[in-house]
Amino acid sequence: MSSPSSQSRKRDPPTPASEDPLSPPSQRSRAHDTSTELQPMPTSPAMDTAAQDVSLFSSPMAPRSVLQSEVDVSSPLMYGTPSSRVEGTPRSGIRGTPARQRADLGSVRKAPQVDMHSEPVSESCCHSPIFVLFLQRFLQQFTDPNSREEENAGLDLNEPLYMQKLDEISVVGEPVLNVNCSHIQTFDADLYRQLICYPQEVIPTFDMAVNELFFDRLPDSVLEHQIQVRPYSALKTRNMRALNPEDIDQLITISGMVIRTSQLIPEMQEAFFRCQVCAFNTRVEVDRGRIAEPAVCRNCNTTHSMALVHNRSAFSDKQMIKLQESPEDMPAGQTPHTTVVYAHNDLVDKVQPGDRINITGIYRAAPMRLNPRQSQVKSVYKTHIDVIHFRKTDEKRLHGLDEDGEQKLFTKERVAMLKELAAKPDVYERLSSALAPSIYEHEDIKKGILLQLFGGTRKDFTQTGRGNFRAEINILLCGDPGTSKSQLLQYVYNLVPRGQYTSGKGSSAVGLTAYVMKDPETRQLVLQTGALVLSDNGICCIDEFDKMSDNTRSVLHEVMEQQTLSIAKAGIICQLNARTSVLAAANPVESQWNPKKTTIENIQLPHTLLSRFDLIFLMLDPQDEAYDRRLAHHLVSLYYQSEEQIEEEYLDMAVLKDYIAFARTSVHPRLSEEASQALIEAYVDMRKIGSGRGMVSAYPRQLESLIRLAEAHAKVRFSSKVESIDVEEAKRLHREALKQSATDPRTGFVDISILTTGMSATARKRKEEVAQALKKLIQSKGKTPAMKYQQLFDDLRGQSEAAITKDMFDEALRALADEDYLTVTGKTVRLL
Amino acid sequence: MPTVHDWINNPLAVVDGLFAQSNSSPDWEKKVVEYFKEKLKLNDAHTWVPSLNDVPLYYLKPNSLVKFRCMVQDMFDPEFFMGVYETNDLTSNSKQVKCGKYRDITVGGQVDFNSRNTVTSERQTFYCVPIPGESQWAKESYAGTSQARVVPSTSYVPNRHKRSYEEDDEMDTQPQQMKDVSQGTQSSAESHGNTEPKRQETEAPSHDSSSAHCTSSLDLNFPLPGEKGPACLVKVYEDWDSFKLNDMLEVFGILSADPALRVIADEREASLLLDPTEVTETVEEQRVHSPPASLVPRLHMLYAQPLVHNNPLLPSSAPENDGDHLSSVLGELASVRAELHTYLTHVLMGDSLAAEYLILHLISNVYSRRDVLPLGKFTLNLSGCPHSSPYTEHLYKAIQQLVPSSYRLCMSLHNMNNQRMVPRKDYTANRLVSGTLQLANNTSLFLDETQLEQGQLDATGVRNITALGNLISWQKVDYDFNYHQMEFPCNINVLITSEGRSLLPSDSQVHLRPTLNPPNLEEYLSAVQVAQIPSQLNKYRIYLSVARALNYTISDEITKAVEEDFVEMRKDDPQSMSAEDLHRLLVVARLLSLSHGQNTLSRDGWMKAKQLEALRISRTQQQKSVSGNEP
Repeated sequence: MSSPSSQSRKRDPPTPASEDPLSPPSQRSRAHDTSTELQPMPTSPAMDTAAQDVSLFSSPMAPRSVLQSEVDVSSPLMYGTPSSRVEGTPRSGIRGTPARQRADLGSVRKAPQVDMHSEPVSESCCHSPIFVLFLQRFLQQFTDPNSREEENAGLDLNEPLYMQKLDEISVVGEPVLNVNCSHIQTFDADLYRQLICYPQEVIPTFDMAVNELFFDRLPDSVLEHQIQVRPYSALKTRNMRALNPEDIDQLITISGMVIRTSQLIPEMQEAFFRCQVCAFNTRVEVDRGRIAEPAVCRNCNTTHSMALVHNRSAFSDKQMIKLQESPEDMPAGQTPHTTVVYAHNDLVDKVQPGDRINITGIYRAAPMRLNPRQSQVKSVYKTHIDVIHFRKTDEKRLHGLDEDGEQKLFTKERVAMLKELAAKPDVYERLSSALAPSIYEHEDIKKGILLQLFGGTRKDFTQTGRGNFRAEINILLCGDPGTSKSQLLQYVYNLVPRGQYTSGKGSSAVGLTAYVMKDPETRQLVLQTGALVLSDNGICCIDEFDKMSDNTRSVLHEVMEQQTLSIAKAGIICQLNARTSVLAAANPVESQWNPKKTTIENIQLPHTLLSRFDLIFLMLDPQDEAYDRRLAHHLVSLYYQSEEQIEEEYLDMAVLKDYIAFARTSVHPRLSEEASQALIEAYVDMRKIGSGRGMVSAYPRQLESLIRLAEAHAKVRFSSKVESIDVEEAKRLHREALKQSATDPRTGFVDISILTTGMSATARKRKEEVAQALKKLIQSKGKTPAMKYQQLFDDLRGQSEAAITKDMFDEALRALADEDYLTVTGKTVRLL
Repeated sequence: MPTVHDWINNPLAVVDGLFAQSNSSPDWEKKVVEYFKEKLKLNDAHTWVPSLNDVPLYYLKPNSLVKFRCMVQDMFDPEFFMGVYETNDLTSNSKQVKCGKYRDITVGGQVDFNSRNTVTSERQTFYCVPIPGESQWAKESYAGTSQARVVPSTSYVPNRHKRSYEEDDEMDTQPQQMKDVSQGTQSSAESHGNTEPKRQETEAPSHDSSSAHCTSSLDLNFPLPGEKGPACLVKVYEDWDSFKLNDMLEVFGILSADPALRVIADEREASLLLDPTEVTETVEEQRVHSPPASLVPRLHMLYAQPLVHNNPLLPSSAPENDGDHLSSVLGELASVRAELHTYLTHVLMGDSLAAEYLILHLISNVYSRRDVLPLGKFTLNLSGCPHSSPYTEHLYKAIQQLVPSSYRLCMSLHNMNNQRMVPRKDYTANRLVSGTLQLANNTSLFLDETQLEQGQLDATGVRNITALGNLISWQKVDYDFNYHQMEFPCNINVLITSEGRSLLPSDSQVHLRPTLNPPNLEEYLSAVQVAQIPSQLNKYRIYLSVARALNYTISDEITKAVEEDFVEMRKDDPQSMSAEDLHRLLVVARLLSLSHGQNTLSRDGWMKAKQLEALRISRTQQQKSVSGNEP
């Protein structure tokens, strides 16, 4: 069969054929009548039973309308039902616009399982004008003043929502109306229930109602085909695991991840037969995937003379999609479930493997036949979902934050519980102690990590050219090996929904960022994202940060300040968002932390990178008796407490998770006047400390860190305003971290330049002094063009009071060489 | 006699009987489960049920009650089936309501799909494999206790017999899937050449390759290479959420190997011809999810008992329930421990300290998890094993004789670079492709690092090493689901033998110091093993399983003492005693107490543990100064 090109498949071919245009309501009712009359002709006993057997479960293939007209059409390809071939260009109004078959709804023939007597909506009343009017009233009246949905942006929320959407359709020309089921529920609970239980009947009526309304209102608009209604968000979004036999033939919404999509399947809607003898044409509707081939020509009565003409049969698009449960929804220790989904017509190729989507559709089940020639049946049903509406949950991640899609649905009780917790005065302490309870003490570090989990408020300064302001807090932990740094990282990684855990040793720059790969199937270049991009809006935990190669580390510079990743590889140039917080752990170079050295010297990381961390903590063994005692008690209790005791003592990890998720999505604190004053003061104070000793002790970066920390602290309190207590805590934590990491071991002062320039101010001063002393020494020697290296070193040592190491001497020589005062060649020093 | 065993030979009759009595009230389902549970509780009734593990499939009657000792390897999607359906009998023109539970296929007459009596129910399918790495002695012992008399039904023995042997042979020669695939394509290519003229050109290749796959070799997806035994599709009717991946189960169920299911290949062909759009499954998926019933039988679960251990010498229920047995074991525990220690000392060439640690290792068990931290694991690194000598192999054999399931992983470069250790989801076939690290709880994993040579690890190798490291440090394996990883906690005892310090992390490292130096190592070791009579070995086996399952507490008093001690030790030399050391010391103290059958930590036990650790550490330090090249 020649496969039609996808271009022509997209639209119904405009056809000049003449046919009585039917108004949709009457056409619909007639379609229904005819479809019951026109049972597929029994050709063989097997076929016969098949027709009876499967009618229990309506399958998606059976089209709704049957029109036995013999129009010869110039176009070789037919799409849609014959009714789409109406007189038309220029067409307008409801009569002129072709109805497009809804393969997603399948046959209108109702399932016999449905007990109509107990239901208020029977088929006849479903199509009744009253029902249609009722639906139209919904469309005309429904407003949603509190809408936060992305699609409704730019609409006047106080005007009827769906009427505005209809106007939009006429402008955009895309004849699809998405209807949120929760709107229907608020409008009329009964209607909602009917929609959920009998989507196959209600949705066509809905279509009808919308089309009448639309063309009444805008009689001159031209649409490709009639408007189709696509309901979404049926009930609450459900887990795939929750599906059960009661959901069959109902409207459901489930979430999941696409793992595979099939190629496009052209599905025959209507077969075209021509008699070989007398060239008589006939059309046969495809019923549930089977074509009832006419055995006898009705015109000349020749048996078995009808031949299928592919080019004149009508096809529609279909695609099989495999959906897998999202990993978050799964109970521990189980493997994910998968479901088969069929997409029809323009929903084909809307999703790709790897997409996270919510789908709304009708759940179907059909019995499996073991052998067509046997009566025995495998007592298992094949299930699938005919999709009506797709909604990608991670669609907007490339453009901006999709808070709507990510928002977990909390029950009211849960929210109340969380708010109650937030109201407690010691919530900050409670939460921080709930963090990794198996790790002992390190309270400030835990508090820091807690604030990191909440993050600051995102601000956008793109208008003023500053770009996005980083809201994520980065933390570096350094310290002796075996101080449970990795454990802390593992904990955080397990706590956050979008966490990534990598080890510096095992990751390459490519693994962290993104790489370009050729897809083996499609031969297309595909961008594969690495850990940093994957943890967008999450936390990237990097263990053994110091073991990372320089090359890899350099990638982090951009990520940690600009929060983006630029890629230019194999013809793909792009910038990906990587709004990730980095939680890194580094070991000292000498395997044991040397308290006589600065942080930089201990971990040997470039200061450019270090200054991008908001907080740098040292995890050291404190080595004092009281601490030891508490530590021992803590550890021993790990080994004898029963599980219940443990749970009583600490906040549940699930509560903590929900608390963070809730705060991140619904609390957006802003600085209050008083807080900004406090911040300014704090910053000025920090600058002052240093200026007394002739060095800079704070940079704007530190101020930014303070703001972020204060905002995060306000989030912990569920407060929409940053107040002075938040600033106080931010100051305290920041100071605490600095005290640990930026103390100059030689002077005992906190010196921010250790982190910003890699060298403390006193060290720099001493370096200069040595260089000057050396210069003096050389000058005192008079005009000797060359000196012995060792001699000079000894002389300098003899002269200076302080001990001078060889390193310091070399450094001084280098400094003088930079001044073009001398050069060092091998073992001799020459003056210039 | 036959009446007694009716519920074994024809359980479906029982089910149908109960269903007929119920008058379609829904509680008949419970009654069925209750009935079989009761029957199985009767004095040793469960030993009459033939086991799939030791009776070849072709000896078992279809639709009879069988049991299967297995591990859940994969979980398929839930399926809907006709729980109750109505049939039209064409000859008598009567209608009958029938129960479709515990069956794959409907029976009798035309099914009336429009009947109002139809009830759709849901069930879940698990793919189960025999417990990976189960020791030979455990298998034999289980088979020995079985009292099932299986009469081979003569009608189709020869045919199936032959077929089954073929399968076994093939599995021997092709332990890995990779080989299978290459073989499959090869043979398909060959046959392709022969048969092409007969078939339509478009259809021939696909048909050929699939049939070649089906008949020549079906990958049964065992976690460990070279494993044998039946795999089984277990249909679960209730509480399937309570089962987890890698759980050990003893399933009692109705065996369904209906030959009608074997026509699947024909059916696929037919359905492909009829309607290509209806095929929701790929060929690979079909093969995995509906393999021929002669190879992978279906088992409709009536009742499943989760296995805490797979030691046939102990009652399968938790040990507390069996007080008499436990006390008798505890009575002679001290002597058994001493004998075991002597035995292990001999195996370890006279190193009594290493033998002590080996006992601790063998009874270790992850008994709890605090957030991410597994408690109770005790990975042992036996360093100082001679390079490339058969010693490690003998050591493994000795351990294999003691534990119910174990696996020796040679960490040769080739293995590290080529073996698939982490299970991976294959989306084309829609199944979890198993890996070496998909093991049941309390399996002994013996990592032989002495086989490692210099060379380059490729990407797979690095991933494998990382996986092993994660397994040891966190007792978890991250299964690869392509788009994401999923963490599965595990409980595996890892023993590493190496020359120097292992490159993998470990909780405790003991350097082997042989005091005996037998002229012929192999002869000596086999002599040591032969000297152990089976009854003695059985005692050791029971001892190890019982000691592991004992409860353990620490009293407040001892807690105080331990705290004091820790502070004291830190005072002298803070470097010598870190928090990590205390962790280890607490684990050693726990295991040491348990190995002596004590439920609580005593002061004495604590001192002993400290001594043991001191001895070990001093030995490691000596070793360091001797070799001088350790970091």
